[in-house]
Amino acid sequence: MFDNFGMQAAAAEIFLIATICVVLLVDVFLSDSKRWITYALSLLTLAGCAWMTLSYGVNERVSAFSGMYVADPMGDVLKLFSYATVAVSFIYARDYLQRRALFKGEYFVLGLVALLGIMVMISAGNLLTVYLGVELLSLSLYAMVAFDRESTVAAESAMKYFVLGAIASGMLLYGFSIMYGIAGTLQLDELAVELRSVESPIGLVFALVFIIAGVAFKFGAVPFHMWVPDVYHGAPTPVTLFIGAAPKISSFVLAVRVLAEGLDSLVANWQDMLIVISVLSMAIGNIVAIAQTNLKRMLAYSTVSHVGFILLGILAGTNDGYRAAMYYTFAYVIMSVGSFGMILLLAREGFEADRIDDFRGLNRKSPWFAAVMLMLMFSTAGVPPFIGFWAKVEVIAAVLDVGLAWLAALAVLFSVIGAFYYLRVVKVMYFDEPTDTVDIQAGGTLRAVLSLNGLAVLVLGIVPSVLIDLCVRALP
Amino acid sequence: MPGIGKRMTLTSILFYAFSAVLVVAALGVITARNPVHAALFLVLAFVNSAVLWLLMEAEFLAIVLVLVYVGAVMVLFLFVVMMLDINVAQMREGFTRYAPLGIIVALLVVIEIASVVWVKRLGVDTTTAVPAAAPEGYSNTQALGELLYTHYLYPFELAAMLLLLAIIAAISLTMRKRRGFKQQDVAAQVAVRPQDRIRIVKMAPEKDA
Repeated sequence: MFDNFGMQAAAAEIFLIATICVVLLVDVFLSDSKRWITYALSLLTLAGCAWMTLSYGVNERVSAFSGMYVADPMGDVLKLFSYATVAVSFIYARDYLQRRALFKGEYFVLGLVALLGIMVMISAGNLLTVYLGVELLSLSLYAMVAFDRESTVAAESAMKYFVLGAIASGMLLYGFSIMYGIAGTLQLDELAVELRSVESPIGLVFALVFIIAGVAFKFGAVPFHMWVPDVYHGAPTPVTLFIGAAPKISSFVLAVRVLAEGLDSLVANWQDMLIVISVLSMAIGNIVAIAQTNLKRMLAYSTVSHVGFILLGILAGTNDGYRAAMYYTFAYVIMSVGSFGMILLLAREGFEADRIDDFRGLNRKSPWFAAVMLMLMFSTAGVPPFIGFWAKVEVIAAVLDVGLAWLAALAVLFSVIGAFYYLRVVKVMYFDEPTDTVDIQAGGTLRAVLSLNGLAVLVLGIVPSVLIDLCVRALP
Repeated sequence: MPGIGKRMTLTSILFYAFSAVLVVAALGVITARNPVHAALFLVLAFVNSAVLWLLMEAEFLAIVLVLVYVGAVMVLFLFVVMMLDINVAQMREGFTRYAPLGIIVALLVVIEIASVVWVKRLGVDTTTAVPAAAPEGYSNTQALGELLYTHYLYPFELAAMLLLLAIIAAISLTMRKRRGFKQQDVAAQVAVRPQDRIRIVKMAPEKDA
């Protein structure tokens, strides 16, 4: 009875919790001028987590803590990707936070706890741990959105996010509890077995509706997308970048763990629901984005449309589909981090650079970063040879494989509509006159990482097999 | 554990009595105009749920509910409610405007849920069996503890982390230096030197012409 519960499988999580406490304590004794130590410790923590995940990596599914925790190759790949994403988000955030007196230890601690929530969801083997992961992530994000106490817009969007997020969590929990009432278990693998023997699925569908609503909210899919533009717009840009990146990985894994693993036998039911959500997300996301003048808001609606594409892969309900959705998630995260990184690059004292007009004539000021933004925008629009193109190809192929040709046609149509507003940013950068002559003030690290990020979009697009092979290894 | 049907035992009478009060109290929470009344209704609801737990022989949960929620959380909550100057009239602004839409949506949802729950029986048989009473010497607290620190160890630790997160978030959002906030700094007052207060200006003597 007193074994160690298979603890070594969760080495990375345990390490992360321990170091969060260390960072929290160290930060108390630092003066504002030494705050960089917290920042460096946070990045070291991420490196340590990566080392833990690599050295305790698994080749097959291993469960620990009485099945509450699951380690599998998919989880390891997703976790490593999450560490990298969070690290890049921190690096991009540094300059902006320092300039606005927001460079505090709590920012990084909250970010690390959010990462813990993502990892818990990635490794969840039980609906209870799924829920705890969701809450760990959401609560950190609410606090991060409100982090700039001087900004009333941020406070308002945090409030909206909090209230709507609480309702969504309630929905998710309600669905889980009905599921528990019917199947008698919260364990995802047992649930999958148990549900096959239930004759009349009406009760299950009833529970499923609530679960799908909760999952769709966390994704930011239509009709649960109302919070996305307000939160993306209102939050400080580094927080927007954070929300747009790593949590998308967790939304993907939430859908895969709960729908694909636990509620596998209800695939016919949730496929229909996801089709509606996916088509609406692609339509509303792409069409409303055209009318935006604020870049953060435009990218928020673009997120909604990309979520529609990720859902396309998931709703296929096949292993190929999940793999395509995973690939799309990775591609989207790389592009999203880069796009918000560009806003942070141009931002300076008293200037947010979050309007599309702020990018006017960027080519005159910095041809290289105009080119980086060009690559990011082309990739997000799905133009070959960038990574975004392959991601779209993969999900559309997955949908075609299950015989939903009309859905594939709609997806292509909406991505053509979406190309308009991405290209408008490119047009503004290259063909308009600059409105000011102030040079880019960002530091060297931000410039270097952002350049790498832009190049990654191109290189991973020319050699798509690198990332695709990774996804194949994760979901064989 | 109400024995529905044949005979009403004392436990089932108690169950229905306390459940009725619980439902009324819960309705009171959301309909009371005065926030203090709403909080007190919530206390009543908690106490009644604790009694229901006692009837189910879950003594530990019942006591914890009363101690933690009624004793600590709700008292704090009442303090907060009384400290905040909530303008009820302002909060009700727009209520009549949005009420019809809200009521229609709520009714639709209730009808949908009711049609699923009642008509289709959820695909499972509702159990009518009365569970056997626990044997003598059975400790609910011990059983919970054993489960919590073995089977549910991982979620338990995560819940602890969630509480830590709540502390961090609350402190980081409330502890801040407000601009224009008037505050005495005793150390600065004590450390003050004459030179800081009086400036001796050397001037060339002037004489009237």
